[in-house]
Amino acid sequence: MTDLLQQLLNGLSQGSIYALIAVGYTMIYGIIQLINFAHGDVIMVGAYVALGCALMGLGFIPSLAVAMLTCAILGVIIERVAYRRVRPVSRLAALTSAIGVSLFLEYTMMYFLGADIRTFPAGFFPERTYSLWGITINNKDLLVLGTTLVLVIILQYIIYRTRTGKAMRAVSFDGQAAQLMGVNVNSTVAITFFIGSAMAAAAGLLYGIYFNTVQPLMGLMPGLKAFIAAVLGGIGSVPGAMLGGILLGMTESLVAGFGGSMYRDAVAFIILILVLLIRPTGLLGKGVQEKV
Amino acid sequence: MKVFKKKGTAYVALFTALVFLFGVFASGCGGGDTQTADEDSIKVGVNFELSGEVATYGTSCKNGIMLAFEEVNEQGGVLGKKIEALVQDNKSQNREARNIAERLISDGVVAILGPAVTGAVQSEEPVATAAKVPILAPAATAPEVTFDEKTNKVKDFVFRVCIIDPDQSQVMANYIYDELGLKNGAIMVDKNNDYSVGLGETFKEFFTAKGGKIVAEEGFISTDTAFKPQLTSIAAKKPDFIYVPAYYNQVGLIVKQARELGIDLPFMGADGWDSPKLVELAGAENLNKCYFTNHYSVEDPSERIQNFIKAYEEKYNATPDAFAALGYDTAYLLVEAIKQAGEADSVKIQQALENIEGFEGVTGKLSYDEKHNPIKEISIIEVVDGKQKLIKKMQPDK
Repeated sequence: MTDLLQQLLNGLSQGSIYALIAVGYTMIYGIIQLINFAHGDVIMVGAYVALGCALMGLGFIPSLAVAMLTCAILGVIIERVAYRRVRPVSRLAALTSAIGVSLFLEYTMMYFLGADIRTFPAGFFPERTYSLWGITINNKDLLVLGTTLVLVIILQYIIYRTRTGKAMRAVSFDGQAAQLMGVNVNSTVAITFFIGSAMAAAAGLLYGIYFNTVQPLMGLMPGLKAFIAAVLGGIGSVPGAMLGGILLGMTESLVAGFGGSMYRDAVAFIILILVLLIRPTGLLGKGVQEKV
Repeated sequence: MKVFKKKGTAYVALFTALVFLFGVFASGCGGGDTQTADEDSIKVGVNFELSGEVATYGTSCKNGIMLAFEEVNEQGGVLGKKIEALVQDNKSQNREARNIAERLISDGVVAILGPAVTGAVQSEEPVATAAKVPILAPAATAPEVTFDEKTNKVKDFVFRVCIIDPDQSQVMANYIYDELGLKNGAIMVDKNNDYSVGLGETFKEFFTAKGGKIVAEEGFISTDTAFKPQLTSIAAKKPDFIYVPAYYNQVGLIVKQARELGIDLPFMGADGWDSPKLVELAGAENLNKCYFTNHYSVEDPSERIQNFIKAYEEKYNATPDAFAALGYDTAYLLVEAIKQAGEADSVKIQQALENIEGFEGVTGKLSYDEKHNPIKEISIIEVVDGKQKLIKKMQPDK
């Protein structure tokens, strides 16, 4: 029983990392229907920037702030350079461009910094482990889960309670109509990328701390898993992304914990295929009209 | 967004932003440091993992080799000729290792040193064998690197300087059972990695043959970063220790995550643990009660070893790990073979290598058995507060 609980807890913390990444993914998809494959790599850049700050002696919060700001700007630049001109052409063109950006970021990083694994300096994030009825939990787990929750709430607030959010929703329903009503579509999309990429940076730092690993391809697999999580929860739905992430993490943890560690990734992708076949809009997706 | 008026500006801005970003870090990867070309020199290929997954292995080997060649060249070279090392980075990719071997052979090298890991050596082997150019592998520990069990044939042109995997797992099994008195073990291997799978299998054989029990076996794949599910299920079976013969990048995370789960068992491993990154990844105190088998130890008081360590520290400002020591020995072994061959000819070098007897290196005395495997002692290392401590040296039972 303790084992099962511990496995579920392992899954919960792994899942909240997926959720954290999936939230940014799903938000960008919700607004412009673009699967931003470069999202995982923005996470990687965020982790590197935070690591750079950490190595220069900055604390946790300042590093997080610098990383979020840098990535927010990077996200806006990516959108301006790689997506804006192809977006109206076709979704496929934008998707291809996103894959290009992803590879560009990975290999530029590798060229300049090498493929070595880097780690955060000891003591950058003081770790603590708590034990309760034979179950152990780490303060990193709590941090990741807490951050994800807070981000989901903030995002929901921005999307449903602010003017910017109203503009975002308008653009997501119908970009052209929104433009006719005086919404600046381009700047709304830019703001979406600004927020989404800042979240990616936060995810990057947390991922980097959680696994104590920063390397150029670190965003690849979590990016794919977050995509699965987002689809599972209903792509475009922010609470759905969180739910999808946690469900995926728990499933993986149970599969790996009960003898199937070789099939962990396979199970994740099978889930993706099943969801697409049985319920293409995902658990919390509400049909094609109401994305976000 | 009206910041960028022209298309070009955006690209310039992107470029500037990226340059700024990278400026935060000191660039870690240098280019190949080829020594000065000389008409009358002996060309040697140096094919290593200088970037990528197992970059620390390759870089250490290369550093050891370059130190040795520098010393040889300072003393006038070998057979009156200087050694010219053609250094190439195979990026920790097997295919790239093979491409580089082809390139080096067409550049006219007499021998290829490297790569470090088993898979990469196996990938370049057909190319080198076809061209009759000997490979000296400093650290490829899998038996099949030099001996093909299917055809029962020795790979004539492959020589290794390290001990083989079954010897490592046997020594570790003996040490755990006899000296530590632990009887129930768990094994956790990287299923994508022949080295890891091979060590896991042979360890199980040796340990159960002695009367020990393996109570849990778990696997993972090379790209995994989350190991808590497997560790939780291992801990439930209550083993006395966990044997993880994998590479440092995974071992570091595994040990760290185990300690986070409150698993206080000793971890055991093999030479793949030997990297300064291991302590960075796992954290020094988490690595207490961890042991691994290795080719040598910096703590060994012998004069040969201490002189090597001093020279290495002077040149690279770092303590040489076992890979550096193996690289150093590999380079001197080649020099010795060229001397005995009397000529820098790759086929004659191959013959000289086959007949090497009692070559003295920093990783021990080396002679080859009929399968091109060195017969050497193995060091058992304990990690104490992030520092490696030599427990004892053991000979595998033959």
